[in-house]
Amino acid sequence: MRLRGLMRKEFLQIVRDPSSISIAFVMPVFLLLLFGYGVSLDAEEVPIAVVMEAFGGEAVSFAAEFRHSRYFDAREYVDMREAVTALRAREVDGIIRMQADFAERIGSPGPAPIQLILNGVDANTAELVSGYVQGSWLNWLQHRAEQAGQQLDIPVEVEQRIWFNPEVRSRNFLVPGLVAIIMTLIGALLTALVMAREWERGTMEALLVTPVSMTEILLGKLIPYFILGTGGMLLSVAMAVWLFEVPLRGSFGVLFAAASLFLLVALGMGLLISITARTQFVAGQVAILTTFLPAFILSGFIFDINSMPWFIEGLTYAIAARYFVAILQSVFLAGDIWSVIVPNALALMGMAVLFLGLSRSRSRKRLE
Amino acid sequence: MLSWLRILALVRKEFLAILKDPKSRFVVIGPPLIQLVVFGYAATFDLNDVSFAVYNQDRGSYSRDLVSAFDGSPTFNKVAVLNADREIAPRVESREVLLVLRIGPRFTDELLKGEPAKVQVIIDGRNSNTAMIALNYARTIIRDFNDRVLAERGAAGAPAELIVRAWYNPNLESRWFIVPGIVGLLTLVVTLLVTALSVAREREQGTFDQLLVTPLRPVEILIGKATPGFLIGLSEAAVVISVALLWFEVPFRSTVLTLYTGLVLFLLSAVGVGLMISSLSVTQQQGLLGAFLFMVPAIILSGFATPIANMPQAVQAVTLVNPLRYFMVILRSTFLEGASFEALIPQFWPMAVIGLTSMALAGWLFRHRMY
Repeated sequence: MRLRGLMRKEFLQIVRDPSSISIAFVMPVFLLLLFGYGVSLDAEEVPIAVVMEAFGGEAVSFAAEFRHSRYFDAREYVDMREAVTALRAREVDGIIRMQADFAERIGSPGPAPIQLILNGVDANTAELVSGYVQGSWLNWLQHRAEQAGQQLDIPVEVEQRIWFNPEVRSRNFLVPGLVAIIMTLIGALLTALVMAREWERGTMEALLVTPVSMTEILLGKLIPYFILGTGGMLLSVAMAVWLFEVPLRGSFGVLFAAASLFLLVALGMGLLISITARTQFVAGQVAILTTFLPAFILSGFIFDINSMPWFIEGLTYAIAARYFVAILQSVFLAGDIWSVIVPNALALMGMAVLFLGLSRSRSRKRLE
Repeated sequence: MLSWLRILALVRKEFLAILKDPKSRFVVIGPPLIQLVVFGYAATFDLNDVSFAVYNQDRGSYSRDLVSAFDGSPTFNKVAVLNADREIAPRVESREVLLVLRIGPRFTDELLKGEPAKVQVIIDGRNSNTAMIALNYARTIIRDFNDRVLAERGAAGAPAELIVRAWYNPNLESRWFIVPGIVGLLTLVVTLLVTALSVAREREQGTFDQLLVTPLRPVEILIGKATPGFLIGLSEAAVVISVALLWFEVPFRSTVLTLYTGLVLFLLSAVGVGLMISSLSVTQQQGLLGAFLFMVPAIILSGFATPIANMPQAVQAVTLVNPLRYFMVILRSTFLEGASFEALIPQFWPMAVIGLTSMALAGWLFRHRMY
């Protein structure tokens, strides 16, 4: 009964301050739209400069390979200096250069050099572009051999099978990861300020003199935001499936259960921050620094966890989003893989108990 | 007439409000440095520990050579040897291995007879970026293997060869790309948080009305509120830049003047946006939410982790009002490319425009947003 009163008050506060509603509903839509369309690691139509200092048929046919590729937006230059200027101004990501003696050297024994100069600042893109260029180069060698009626001698061919995401859409792995990041934000932001606000405004003292117990106060804070957060989560999943057309190969029940568990962790973390901080300024700072950025960088959402140094890899075990991202990527793309779901769900459960327990034990009906 | 004395008093009060509480002092200073070090190590696209399994049906010497080429690579780490097709799926699904190398029974025979041989690379595509990078590594190893086989056969080799050079970052270390980016990221976070709550806190506590009836003019309030965020951001950024240079040993190839011109203009725009958000909000929760709603897209759409060029045209147009976008270019070109001051002017002026516009709006909102 008392709990209902507290929850009612919290709901009224949510409804009357539009910022809580917008955290739960407007933010997920806004962020998913922005990220879903904005974040992509697939480079298409890479602008590339083709410098032909030689005008043989060979050079022209090699340049044509790039003009016709859907991966490149080839721009032809005659002067190397102009191409370098374009590279420096970031108009092109790389330069392919065939020197003046190319035609001669390709006719004579020994390989004729083709230079590929990349802007290495963005190492990931440079790596991708280099892969594409090598692909085109191999294609060209093959065409050339076929025209001469020969077979290009490649002893071992690679047959690639990319499971779960054969068309290699980066959106398919980024959007499920985004759901985790957005829910981290919803959970932590919603609750990070609620206790601190009561302390700062002095209404906590008023609550302390009433007969409600601390557990009731905490539950009164937690339940309304859990309901709000669940709404936000359903919205995000719906957008991922219908708008971004990410396949959901696992079952919705598993996804929902894992998401609820994660929401509990996020809310518990926000609550703990809120109880410890006592002022909204500190609570806000801590919430941002301990939730969003770690969830973005340390969760395996973009950066591969296995490649991090061991001490950072150890640290990622303390990031709840890590477990949730693993479950999400599997449930969306691979299906209900229990060998992934069970250990990660157990870890989430442990963290939920830890944060909620700590929140309970650190909040006493006492003034300092 | 501006009264510098009055402004100074307000600045002093603002500093006290942020720094007098030990907890709030700590959250402004501590976490950014910890995060720089943690993220500097964590945020890399380079793979150095790709776990893989081998299913080798061939008993000949060539398949053994190929497997040992993978074993010898520092990137790949063999965790299992499989003996049947059905063992592949569970290992990949549970993420125990990222990659499975499957070699057919006639591999050595085919190579000896000069027929084309095939090797199957099965790869977990759940993280497609990691998958593509790992696949490229595997292809490189197989290409080297091919070259050795061709040399053994005494074949002529390809008529043309591709020579790849990466400028500015010859080893393509993604840390050189990410660490300067983190400088921008953390500077934005700290500056925005300090300023976004400054007016909102006073509004919530009712002291902003008092401030408005003092002799302080809106411009003076604006300067007084902007200065602490600016100074805190500047000193944090200076420390973070030093750590990037001395700890992570990212090269710095331009002049300090160029970098700090960019930094000052970026701080101007970040402080401006922060104050604008702050003067729009009535409670600290709204201020925090506003800061977030600006910060998260600003980071994602800055080119920090994913290139702006990959975004759709409409989203690329949105990034033009994002000050972090310009600062990212400045950071990376001063650190790595050694860009000159003049070359970066196209990045400088948009930040100045964003800064001045948002400051002006914030000052106007002081008096016009009453609740």
